[in-house]
Amino acid sequence: MEPLLRAENVTVCYNGKPVVEDVSFELQKGEILGVVGESGSGKSTVMKAVMGLLGRDGLVTRGDIYYKGNNVTDMPEKKRRKLRGPEMGMVFQDCRAALCPIRKVGVQIYECLAEHEKITKAEAFRRAEFLMKKIGLEDAERILNSYPFELSGGMNQRIGICTAMLMNPSLLLADEPTSALDVTVQKRVMEELLQMRREYGTAMILVTHNIGLASAMADQILVMKSGKMMDYGPTDYVLHHSDNPYTRNLMNSVMHLNRVKVGEDDD
Amino acid sequence: MTEILLEAEHLKKIFLSGKTSLTAVDDVSFSLREGECLGIVGESGSGKSTIARLLTRLLEPTEGKIRLLGEDITHMSGKKLRSVYQKMQMVFQMPAESFDPRRTLGNGIGESLRNMGISRKETGKKVEELLVLCGLTPEYAGRYPHEISGGECQRAAIARALAVDPLLLICDEATSALDVTVQKQILELLTELKEKKKLSFVFICHDLALVQRFCDRVLVMHQGKVEETGTPDEIINHPKREYTKILIDSVL
Repeated sequence: MEPLLRAENVTVCYNGKPVVEDVSFELQKGEILGVVGESGSGKSTVMKAVMGLLGRDGLVTRGDIYYKGNNVTDMPEKKRRKLRGPEMGMVFQDCRAALCPIRKVGVQIYECLAEHEKITKAEAFRRAEFLMKKIGLEDAERILNSYPFELSGGMNQRIGICTAMLMNPSLLLADEPTSALDVTVQKRVMEELLQMRREYGTAMILVTHNIGLASAMADQILVMKSGKMMDYGPTDYVLHHSDNPYTRNLMNSVMHLNRVKVGEDDD
Repeated sequence: MTEILLEAEHLKKIFLSGKTSLTAVDDVSFSLREGECLGIVGESGSGKSTIARLLTRLLEPTEGKIRLLGEDITHMSGKKLRSVYQKMQMVFQMPAESFDPRRTLGNGIGESLRNMGISRKETGKKVEELLVLCGLTPEYAGRYPHEISGGECQRAAIARALAVDPLLLICDEATSALDVTVQKQILELLTELKEKKKLSFVFICHDLALVQRFCDRVLVMHQGKVEETGTPDEIINHPKREYTKILIDSVL
């Protein structure tokens, strides 16, 4: 079967300097890939390369990225724009910053939808409300009528997820979606993302430095260090049985809660 | 029994903004013995950092008393307050931002020593010692905050706090901005200091696993109030309050 997304020996350079070198991975439909590593290891750059958001200075200098069999690295910008949104959705680390501060949330969600399909405002609001209720935003009507600063960080983050999911993309790219959130909120957002996968079969790439989160969500894990791929494989293998010394060191640095309760983490 | 180092009694802080007011810290009392490490955990907005700022007198409490070694420091000012800072020092969350970007690390670390009237030559020597103690090399004294990594900068910040030989370190999310590998190194450094120098800590952190590893006692905060206190193992394994349970179950 043709994988949904395939990256082959991708090297990304910023101003001629390689930031990511020789990274390859595959993603099947409905699969979640966790990309972990320290800050500055090139996690976000991989994500941007897939999305085509490297900016003017960034360039995929070697290797190809295939989405549903089409090479996206040398796709014209116009065609890529059609992919971004309906096919690939993205959730940013700080969704509050990703939203326009002086316009209401609902209008911005409508704008996203109207870019890709013919839709009335009322219909967009109706769909947004439906999805919001599903991911635990009870007061949908008020939220659509609010400015981003009137809502909490967790709410903004869920609006980001909601906006990305409204177009029902096959692939969701999440760049540190819960890093700015408290643990209790993080858990809810995580459950919502997993629910999205169950209902719509969305594949996800989850970039995070939180190894606990990656182990709870991902099917496969890619470990990166200073732009290079250190380890890649099924979650259980990477977390517990990897031979790579860096991966080991990274996993040993993660602190676990020591609990007596049975049936908790197998650590 | 060891002596009580720090005592907070019915601390309260109300922030006023226009007509609305926000009670950030509501009737919080605790005490810290010598050589003990007290962890304060809670979600953002629960008042953890406000407590740190009250304890270090960076904010004025609305009500309540703070005692350091039996002495009331709640309303101290000027010279007297400065002598308090020789016993109590703080390590902040953003290491790079807590240093003056236009001055070298050595300058920042040695500032407190020079203020105490120690000669430049001796200050330089002490700064080198401190850097080595915190796992850096003496060359770091000549570097600027933007030239080094976050982990190195946090080490320098700890060195700066240790310059005056304090009894108590107040760490406000001292490891939160760091990668896990670096976080582990910093925690090892703090543990070493705790044993070598018999330092006491108030350790503010939202990571329960970290607190469990490092602290002797934990204070769980929720909406400005203390939900629960106890040893980390006690709280993690047998939480009494509903909120604590939710908090612990959310840890991945």
